[in-house]
Amino acid sequence: MSVDTVTVARIAALARIAMSEAEVAAMVPELNNILGWIEQLGEVDTSGVEPMTAVITNHLRLRADEIDADPLTGGGKRDAVLANAPAPEHGFFGVPKVIE
Amino acid sequence: MTDLTDLGVAAIRDGVAAGEFTALEVAEGFNANVAAAQVALNAFIVATPEKALEAAHATDAKRAKGEPLGAMGGVPIGMKDLFATHGIQTTAGSHILEGFVPAYESTVSQRLWDAGAGMLGKLNMDQFAMGSSNETSHFGNVISPWKRNDGGNAPLAPGGSSGGSASAVAARLAPAATGTDTGGSIRQPAAFVGICGIKPTYGRCSRWGVVAFASSLDQAGPMARDVRDCAIMLGAMAGFDPKDATSLDAPVPAWDAALAPDMKGKRVGIPREYRIDGMDADVAASWDRGIAWLKDAGATIVDISLPHTKYALPAYYIIAPAEASSNLARYDGVRYGLRELPPGANLQEMYAATRAAGFGPEVKRRVLIGTYVLSAGFYDAYYTQAQKVRTLIARDFEAAWAHCDVILAPTAPSAAFALGDKSDDPLAMYLNDVFAVPASLAGLPAMSVPAGLNREGLPLGLQIIGKAFDEQGVLNAGLAIESRAGFSARPKRWW
Repeated sequence: MSVDTVTVARIAALARIAMSEAEVAAMVPELNNILGWIEQLGEVDTSGVEPMTAVITNHLRLRADEIDADPLTGGGKRDAVLANAPAPEHGFFGVPKVIE
Repeated sequence: MTDLTDLGVAAIRDGVAAGEFTALEVAEGFNANVAAAQVALNAFIVATPEKALEAAHATDAKRAKGEPLGAMGGVPIGMKDLFATHGIQTTAGSHILEGFVPAYESTVSQRLWDAGAGMLGKLNMDQFAMGSSNETSHFGNVISPWKRNDGGNAPLAPGGSSGGSASAVAARLAPAATGTDTGGSIRQPAAFVGICGIKPTYGRCSRWGVVAFASSLDQAGPMARDVRDCAIMLGAMAGFDPKDATSLDAPVPAWDAALAPDMKGKRVGIPREYRIDGMDADVAASWDRGIAWLKDAGATIVDISLPHTKYALPAYYIIAPAEASSNLARYDGVRYGLRELPPGANLQEMYAATRAAGFGPEVKRRVLIGTYVLSAGFYDAYYTQAQKVRTLIARDFEAAWAHCDVILAPTAPSAAFALGDKSDDPLAMYLNDVFAVPASLAGLPAMSVPAGLNREGLPLGLQIIGKAFDEQGVLNAGLAIESRAGFSARPKRWW
């Protein structure tokens, strides 16, 4: 499988990365080079093989159902959460208008 | 008097504890080295001499009161810029996180500070840990302290992605540093600069507060100048953390105390698939020397087969970008980091403009590949197939453990290359990790130890891969090699 400019432009849109036509055109051979190389995985007979889900057998834990059980990751940290926001407004994350 | 910056972790810790010198003298010495090398090596993104001094004062004060100093007491270290550090900029080498100052501390760094270590600064790295030469950092290339012996002056790559860590430890700017390894990012740079580095079993070190690249692969580990220093520092970094869902809930063995270079009764596997066509002659020769050293240490050498080795790298370049494309979706110009808002742009356009401006070319390439292989219609052919191949690679190792206790292989297919040599060809760059990636995909502990110099006078590393949870076996084999290799070469100071 190889990609063309239309596909790369579509992937870039899905990935929310703005790319000019020239950037898309330059990316097409780069991605095809890499995709052509990873294509060799198709040679491997994987019938009856389960895809890996966990590399080291581990059991998933549930934390205690308790509010702010770990104060470090609990609530009540509005200012710390907003401290790195590029455009906080009135105690919220600011974004461009999304409703007309 | 000994130059304190020539000392490693154990020597500094023990010297401070014994009162031979103060932690303050040590921190001042390394702070001076960091400052003197910054322009030439660019190993640090931010230097934090005040943090190193603060920790040193605390250690000296504890000693005056007769309190215990900790496993890393009085040892200043470098912190890879992938670890969130409270109040200190953390960028992962990227523009999109430039100016990001965490309001919290990563578990691994906190454990190190609790063990008495101090921070010299945040180490440069490939952007979001994507790279094998430290040429993708937004903050400029890291330069290796090593030079070829041909009299040429070509600046060499320190390897990547933990290139700042490698350069700093090799140049004596730090006795040790943290690294992270997703597909070789501790081991390959360690090999390139003639130091040791170990990636533990997946889950040993908490990923909490570590900027995520590929979560099923990312593991932190120490980089230092000898095996024992790695064992000590890994002991301080590792341990169960309820804040990381994949953290191993298992006791941390006393690796340092149990170090033993005797390999009697141990079987060392030599994987035939790693002897690739056209292998660098010096790399092949160093591998043969490694085999002889382990034999001399009492080990039995056995040929083994890891049949799916050649598929590890292409599987990695589906799985890692797929996870990266998901993990990096968080950089949206809303919650932290860069925001690009062209005039009149709506929310979607702001996302796209922010990510276009904030990600470098290699990061964009991987996010696009990841988005593509996860997209409707291609998911099974690429991603599911890669995860099945990953199962087969893990099974290869499982089968091999019936015949051997550890595996010996080269760390990288060549010694360090010059900056710019491979940066125009992503595939050539990816191939650097051909020997490192299989252990990553299987979650196994693996370490690189220096094995000598090649004909250009540059270090070569040997890699030891162990069974899951058997860091001890890996460290012991590393020690057996280290004690026989007698590696004492160091870069001549030119910076």
